[in-house]
Amino acid sequence: MIREFGLIDVMYLIAAARWTLALTATAFVGASLIGIVIAIARILPFAPLRWLAAAYIHIVQGTPLLVWLFVIFFGLPLAGISVNPWIAAATAFSVYGSAFLGEIWRGALVSIAKTQWEAGASLGLSLGEQLRYVIVPQSIRVAIPPTVGFLVQLIKNTSLAAVIGFVELTREGQLTAAGTYKPFAVYITVAAIYFAMCFPLSQWSRSIERKLDVAR
Amino acid sequence: MSLVEIHGINKSYGSVQVLKDVSLDIAKGEVVAVIGRSGSGKSTMLRCINGLEPVQAGVIRVDGTQVNDPATNLRKLRQEVGIVFQSFNLFPHLSVCDNITLAPRVVKKQAPQAAREVAREVLARVGLEDKLDAYPSQLSGGQQQRVAIARSLAMRPKLMLFDEVTSALDPELTGEVLKVLESVAKEGMTMILVTHEMGFARRFGSRVVFMHEGRIHEQGPAAAVLAEPKTPELQTFLSAVLH
Repeated sequence: MIREFGLIDVMYLIAAARWTLALTATAFVGASLIGIVIAIARILPFAPLRWLAAAYIHIVQGTPLLVWLFVIFFGLPLAGISVNPWIAAATAFSVYGSAFLGEIWRGALVSIAKTQWEAGASLGLSLGEQLRYVIVPQSIRVAIPPTVGFLVQLIKNTSLAAVIGFVELTREGQLTAAGTYKPFAVYITVAAIYFAMCFPLSQWSRSIERKLDVAR
Repeated sequence: MSLVEIHGINKSYGSVQVLKDVSLDIAKGEVVAVIGRSGSGKSTMLRCINGLEPVQAGVIRVDGTQVNDPATNLRKLRQEVGIVFQSFNLFPHLSVCDNITLAPRVVKKQAPQAAREVAREVLARVGLEDKLDAYPSQLSGGQQQRVAIARSLAMRPKLMLFDEVTSALDPELTGEVLKVLESVAKEGMTMILVTHEMGFARRFGSRVVFMHEGRIHEQGPAAAVLAEPKTPELQTFLSAVLH
């Protein structure tokens, strides 16, 4: 039975966008936790740790996210570990995001002059204290704009989770399009909702960038 | 006993040897000016004394503690050895007060209020008591360097190292920094200064050490060495910097 694409469908789409945001938020938290470890591992003077972190980044960035979604969602059950789409998506996006955030934050950390580390060390601060009190606070200013930029990418990329049946905005769009035979109207609406989520973030990122420029 | 003992240190960057068998003893209360061309190894030697640069051979002791011993707690040593850099290296995200109190609070576990009192006192010594809550970017180069000296003083070091602290300053700003150095020297601080300020070296240096191609080429009482250099290298150097 074909139904009309009406206001109620738009409401359903907006409701599904909550899951897009939930997945983005979860993945961002997961990616941040792993990413900060990766970023710091890559700048510390312990070679094995650096190599391990670099290998992790190369592997994750050198493979498609979609494949990871498939590996986790279809592969793990074969190994006897059953995962629901939510867990699979949250895991895959956290891993994917951690490699990118790890690189962004590493860049922010190394952008702080070596003399700042030296000044801290000369005052008797330990390596951890140099990071905590001197390097990280300064690099946050550098890191915020690209981090927000990545967040926008993450929101859009969560649409990939639709392929493993996780019902977020894109998957809801597919279902609505199938039920109404109005793919154009439906997907334009979907696009508009994505835009409504991403645009304010990009603007915010830009305004932060401007503020930091002025502060310099 | 000497406060600083340097015995036969060698240091290379790859195939370039920057320090060749350098030995130097410095007594408590001495003000030693280290002079020489850029690339002669003077800054490197200074940075070896607080362990910022490792050495490949030789021994460095500060107050009896061997600096280049892996078992040495550099963290502890560095609380007793202050260093001030050419480029100030203040923490730009922290106020003057926080720049000065960071290490006393974090490393020496001073209470914030007590640390702030110390900050006020050392700022008064460099003549900047009114800048307690300013940020480094709001200060002139000379003022920033004076804050950097105050930050070092707040740790109550036994020895202070100065690495060309006036070289990044406009000529009209070097005077205010030299004045601060002078007062620190008069208070009896043991100081090693890598410097191009020959006038300062002459007036306040107890000794001048001339470095040339990674070695200590000539040294002696400041006034005598500067007035009557014995080696042709020092004569050439002095005539180049004084004219």
